[in-house]
Amino acid sequence: MVDITTPPAGMYRDKEGMGIWPHRGKVAAVGIGHSPTARRWDERPETSVGALSLLALRNAMADAGITGDQVDGLVVVPDTTTGAYWPAGKVVGADFLAAFNQTNDVLDGIAKLSPEWIIANMPELTNLKTAWSAGGCTSHALVVAAEMVGSGAAHTVLVVKGWHNYTGRYYQGGANAEPTSSGPTKWSAPWGGPACYGTAQQFQRYMMKYNKTHEMVAPFIVNSRRNGLMLPEGYWAQHRPEPITADDYNNARWVAKPANLYDNDIPIMAAGAYVFTTAERAKDMAQKPVYILNHASDRTRARSLALTFDEVEAATDSTGRKLYEGAGIQPSDLSFENMYDGFGLFHIFHIEGLRYAGIKRGEGVDLFQGDISIEGSNPVSPSGGNIGGGRTRFWLHTDTMQQIQGRAGQRQITKKAEIGVSGGPTPTGGNFLIWSATPD
Amino acid sequence: MPKQSPIADDLDRPFWEAANNDRLVVQNCSSCNRLQHPPQPTCQECGSAANLGWREMSGRGTIYSYGVVYDTPVAVMQPDQPYNLAVIQLEEAPEINMYSHLPGSPVDDVTIGSKVEVVFEVTAGNGQKVPEWRVVG
Repeated sequence: MVDITTPPAGMYRDKEGMGIWPHRGKVAAVGIGHSPTARRWDERPETSVGALSLLALRNAMADAGITGDQVDGLVVVPDTTTGAYWPAGKVVGADFLAAFNQTNDVLDGIAKLSPEWIIANMPELTNLKTAWSAGGCTSHALVVAAEMVGSGAAHTVLVVKGWHNYTGRYYQGGANAEPTSSGPTKWSAPWGGPACYGTAQQFQRYMMKYNKTHEMVAPFIVNSRRNGLMLPEGYWAQHRPEPITADDYNNARWVAKPANLYDNDIPIMAAGAYVFTTAERAKDMAQKPVYILNHASDRTRARSLALTFDEVEAATDSTGRKLYEGAGIQPSDLSFENMYDGFGLFHIFHIEGLRYAGIKRGEGVDLFQGDISIEGSNPVSPSGGNIGGGRTRFWLHTDTMQQIQGRAGQRQITKKAEIGVSGGPTPTGGNFLIWSATPD
Repeated sequence: MPKQSPIADDLDRPFWEAANNDRLVVQNCSSCNRLQHPPQPTCQECGSAANLGWREMSGRGTIYSYGVVYDTPVAVMQPDQPYNLAVIQLEEAPEINMYSHLPGSPVDDVTIGSKVEVVFEVTAGNGQKVPEWRVVG
């Protein structure tokens, strides 16, 4: 019988002063698996988010060189939406229901993903003992998995995140099409800010405070797409291998100025999975272990209605301090960074909080005017992130592991990849990890 | 400009009723002497509901930041794009903020730090008034 629950509430490292992470160097990532990507679901059972997730999980096990009976832990992100919701009243196809062992929720595997659904459709997991449902995104699931292994709740853990995207423009219709607004959104929806508005107004304040311009972000977006086109797992590399230029960026249509089309990411179908295990067991697996030195979380809530840039600066500064403290490293120890970028503009807030490459507050976009490529001494987002690979929030983790394992292919950074950082999603409310080639 | 009409509920009805009378009020914990917005069932500082009330504000504020919306998902606003969308800090409580379309300000002609004053705008859906903010001086 598998114990299916949510992660223990006390496991997050969300405060400063917690010292070195007790499991530092004792947990390792050893396997990576992905599904193919697609722009939208074509309604075939074999391309549903459930099917993609099963494929990614089996690819991750094969990558690590393990079989299902070696797995005793599972972490599943139950949320799969890009912002697209199953239309009310739409009937789930009989072909889908026939193709899988369904739970009592017909949308499981189509519009959501439960640990029960994964377990029902992976009979090879014969020794599974513990499964945690970790809401949100991959960064949360990986932090949870690190604790699952570190605490001894399980020894070899599978982690999976799937995304579904349907036809039509997301966030249109539903409550946004109504003449009235109720519930918590009544304070914001009548003013009509799109999803990127919060980041846009924070970046506006950033530009004012530090005398910067939106055009200074262009080298980052160009670099991200370049790196994304060298990510064979990603959407742009698989379907639309189109580089972008600074002119493309600077002439793109605004969504919420100062955030334009390329400051946003593209919603896609995809799944990613990972294998975490103990440092000891990792030595016998197929891939070089990538050791986790620390994880940290931020749980900042806006003091009032709009999250302010001042609150973002305070939160990201604190995240940087927490990450370094628990890992026992300094900013200069980072070989590269893969912080989250969906929205692209807040990548700047993340890396300034980390003091990456010696930058201080207000110098993130200055860094972009130098060499931030994979060939340079300060690689920025070598994964390409969401900007370069589509909205998954997991390319950053995949790339960090691959860089340290030395198997990032064309994206392999020129300098030696010894310690990396990844995490997100937003600068507040995120989960972050420090990864290393060595456990000490 | 046209916008969705907020529907009041038991928690926030005093805010919306005050708006209909051209008054701006913010929820206040008399025990902590702490304002909070949007309204919450309990004080976010002390956790108590017993001391929550409402305090009238001067209606003066400052533009903290802004953006210009070109692609809103809210249907009723789409014909009026692009439009300004600012974050307003209240003069006597800068930690409290509200959104504004800055009526009277040309699109993208906005200066962070400008002084603003509240006005109340009728919304079409149910006639509810909402606070809006105009640049002054």
